Amino acid sequence: MKDMATDSGVVNTQENLWEGGKSPFKASYGKLMMWYFLLSDAFTFAGFLIAYGALRFSSDIWPTPDFVFSTAPFGIEKAPLIFVTFMTFVLIASSVTMVRAVQEGQQENKNGVVFWLLMTILGGLTFLGSQAWEWTNLIANEGVSVTTNPFSRHTEAGTYLSAEELLSAGFVEVPVAHEAEAHGVAEHEGAAAPAVYYLPQGAADIPENRYFVKADHHGEIKAGESFEKGDNYLITYNHHTHLYETAAYKTADGRIAKEAFGPKTFGALFFFITGFHGFHVFSGVLFLLIIAINAMSGLYVERRNGYEMVEKVGLYWHFVDLVWVFVFLVFYLL
Amino acid sequence: MGHLSYEESKKLAVKGLSILAVVTISEVLIALLGNGHLIEGFRLSHWVMYPVMILLSLYKAYFIVYNFMHLGFEVKGLRLSVLMPVTLLIWGIIAFLQDGYTWGKRRHDLTKQKTEMVKQVTPPSQEH
Repeated sequence: MKDMATDSGVVNTQENLWEGGKSPFKASYGKLMMWYFLLSDAFTFAGFLIAYGALRFSSDIWPTPDFVFSTAPFGIEKAPLIFVTFMTFVLIASSVTMVRAVQEGQQENKNGVVFWLLMTILGGLTFLGSQAWEWTNLIANEGVSVTTNPFSRHTEAGTYLSAEELLSAGFVEVPVAHEAEAHGVAEHEGAAAPAVYYLPQGAADIPENRYFVKADHHGEIKAGESFEKGDNYLITYNHHTHLYETAAYKTADGRIAKEAFGPKTFGALFFFITGFHGFHVFSGVLFLLIIAINAMSGLYVERRNGYEMVEKVGLYWHFVDLVWVFVFLVFYLL
Repeated sequence: MGHLSYEESKKLAVKGLSILAVVTISEVLIALLGNGHLIEGFRLSHWVMYPVMILLSLYKAYFIVYNFMHLGFEVKGLRLSVLMPVTLLIWGIIAFLQDGYTWGKRRHDLTKQKTEMVKQVTPPSQEH
């Protein structure tokens, strides 16, 4: 009050700061709040990825990403990381088209903004479609879910064993038909997988002691097939129980062995974190769609602020790409 | 891109696409080469691969935040208010990874201890 009365220019400026209307960060309220939202979202993602790191460090074994992610659409197999590289490239490209949309907005070029926004939406939808394929493949074909993970660290080379070889090695055959009934599962017509499992002689009938003959998803028995250390993968699909089981194999030095399942946390973390990112992409596509429709309707022409809404949704979209840089690093590269 | 002319900023977009694509492809090549998928019998140590891949990813993150999200050209106060809190993660990463490592070591020791106890109580006749 006293300062106001002295009419001093410097002090008055200090006072006026509290009356609002000035932006010390030279950014609008909306843009600033978008930055702080993204900061908090970065902490959420960082928390998830750090949890992944802590759980991975706490585990003796961990799946190798180049074996988990080695399939692509159109029947491509044994192509490690190829499909996810494509997905990453799609997301990068959509980030660049977003940059173009913002630039056209600053030129007040309505058609340019709408065109590049639609390109960005196309990129987002392609990414989401790819992720849907990736999830479907992992769940339905590879058997990874939030509670199972057939992928482990494959430490030995060997050859898959047939039923006869197991029996002659002194294993005992146990029928699993009653288990199939208990599961309420009807037997597959013509399913080639054996309706039995094998126990070492005298061993207790507990899951850890059960050995199965290796069969793939189509019920084809893989006995006699050899594999290299680190090869894809030592778990078999049981057509009677619809469960993944541990396949019997013979190591180079003649032992009969089976590989344990991989850590369950891998599947849970994968679906949770990539799902959370995918949800961001999905909501980003919705926001982009809304902004594109608004831009088309000429709403932002009237505002004469260089299409600032496009810039704000652009920040969100770049952030989604930024998060993918780290999801890609942590899940697929390391 | 207020600090650049329209033509310059268009060039930046093309440059960004090529930089990010090239860095991503090199990351994948390092992963495939290092894990022995490209050259028969040739592998790289994880101690070489991992730091390189982490640094390349951090470079991509820097490029996106500074150029695409334009943070490099905002007022210093805005820049610092976004970037300073992120430094908290440095300790977060160290602390939780160390925690996970200790957790795993204890689990390993416990499993070993249990296996030894089972061996002790099992009579020799039942061992196979």
